[in-house]
Amino acid sequence: MLKIQLVGLITLVRKETTRIFRIWSQTILPPVITTTLYFLVFGNFIGNRIGELDGVSYMQFIVPGLIMMGILVNSFMNVVSTVFSAKFMRQIEEVLVSPMANSVILLGYASGGIIRGCIVGVAIAIISLLFEPLQIQHPVLVAVTIILTATLFSLLGFLNALFARKFDDITIIPTFVLTPLTYLGGVFYSISLLPDFWKKVSLFNPILYLINLFRYGFLGISDVPIARSLIGLLVLTIAVWFIVLSLLKKGKGLRN
Amino acid sequence: MLAIEIENLKKTYKGGLNALKGINLTVPDGGFFGLLGPNGAGKSTTIGIICSLIQKTSGTCNIFGHNIDTELEEAKRHLGVVPQEFNFNIFEKCIQTVINQAGYYGVPAHIAEKRANQLFKDLGLWEKRNTIAHALSGGMKRRLMIARALVHQPRLLILDEPTAGVDISLRRHMWEFLEQQNRNGLTIILTTHYLEEAEQLCKNIAIIDKGNIIENDSTPELLKKLKSETVCLTPETPLPNNFQLDGFKSRIASDGDLEVELSSDISITELLATLNALGIVVSRMSNKANRLEELFLRLVEGPSNA
Repeated sequence: MLKIQLVGLITLVRKETTRIFRIWSQTILPPVITTTLYFLVFGNFIGNRIGELDGVSYMQFIVPGLIMMGILVNSFMNVVSTVFSAKFMRQIEEVLVSPMANSVILLGYASGGIIRGCIVGVAIAIISLLFEPLQIQHPVLVAVTIILTATLFSLLGFLNALFARKFDDITIIPTFVLTPLTYLGGVFYSISLLPDFWKKVSLFNPILYLINLFRYGFLGISDVPIARSLIGLLVLTIAVWFIVLSLLKKGKGLRN
Repeated sequence: MLAIEIENLKKTYKGGLNALKGINLTVPDGGFFGLLGPNGAGKSTTIGIICSLIQKTSGTCNIFGHNIDTELEEAKRHLGVVPQEFNFNIFEKCIQTVINQAGYYGVPAHIAEKRANQLFKDLGLWEKRNTIAHALSGGMKRRLMIARALVHQPRLLILDEPTAGVDISLRRHMWEFLEQQNRNGLTIILTTHYLEEAEQLCKNIAIIDKGNIIENDSTPELLKKLKSETVCLTPETPLPNNFQLDGFKSRIASDGDLEVELSSDISITELLATLNALGIVVSRMSNKANRLEELFLRLVEGPSNA
């Protein structure tokens, strides 16, 4: 049975990865182009006038946040779209009738999101080198943050796909939740610049902790406590894993 | 060993629909089993529960002795499923669809490819193995789903309306293929609207209606329960539209044939003698419909048709 699960997982991961590269103009190219424009407009044109922020150039300041934005949005979008499409077209039945365990199915689909998130993250990092040298002060923390964030948002994408009934339902979270929270999560600014009230409000934004964790890994600067952010990310990822697994076992959104 | 053992299986959907009201069903290993019923009778729900695509409300279901509540993965290893609707990735090559499915059952790609190639040859799809699935005709898509369901060499194949929309010649080719698979030891459960198909292929048939199994017997025994059949007689001289044959339930069909319902206690000789006595010469005689179809209609449409 272990061999079945392993071969099944490899098959699903290979299928998802093939899909990412088959439709690369939809999965990889758009975030790379968008982020390049951010670098050009905010980092280069406007950033040169802003000067330094927390002791680093504005361009260096926004690079970690933009990489993080690419990772979380693309991990989420990959899983929510592939799982919902498979559900809508009933292709997911191929997997559901097979002896693959629910945990393996979840891991297989999430792997697609993690891989796409990492590809986009690396691509954005490479593009940023055209504008500014990239320094990484804590490479292990950067790697752990990338993996955990991509995993968390892949799982959240799966969760969204379970509840979605129509294609509109898979765009609501990215458009009305992820994007605003990311923009207000300190990608382009430090919350130390905000008035007290908005600073306190910002602390309720979970994306703020991810961006600062990532920024600390690169630049060694953060607006929030690092250990607490890392533990929070880990706990949240594990919690979402078990929530989605439990819903899968109950058949929510897929069986019936 | 039983391939399928279902006890008191119930399913109530969220809206309150009682799709299954406690059915009991067994399918022997190596059997060719037909599950018939009108639309909405509970066939697809039963199959969905066996395949774990639908959550049951209560009852038990064992697949080759493995309970789907406690040994689901082990139970599903033995299953191959051909659903009613196309459910493969239409943007993938046919060969990839089959290889992927094998992978989900633990068959490595290099073994799956050899098996897939053989299945494509057996099912007449060899030329299409590298074609993108959406370019296939309806009949080819059905065969692709059969190849996909067999690539991991299951012990039980479930076919939900496998020949819907398939032309007669291709249907007969598929029947031969399935009969051969059954002779090789594969247990097959078939749902179909083509009752001729069930009559020809199935060794045992269960009829389900409104969530209950109303008949479950061997095909020959089931057909014995048909107490009468309708024969169509073509008279040499046309008969008036209001013609009634005394002592028989009869009518004149739109094509001018005389349709007579013949109960089991009346012989054809008696019928022909009656017609002869009336001076009616019959040039041709045939059965109106296949026998199972008649029985099916009587069972699901109630005693008024019996």
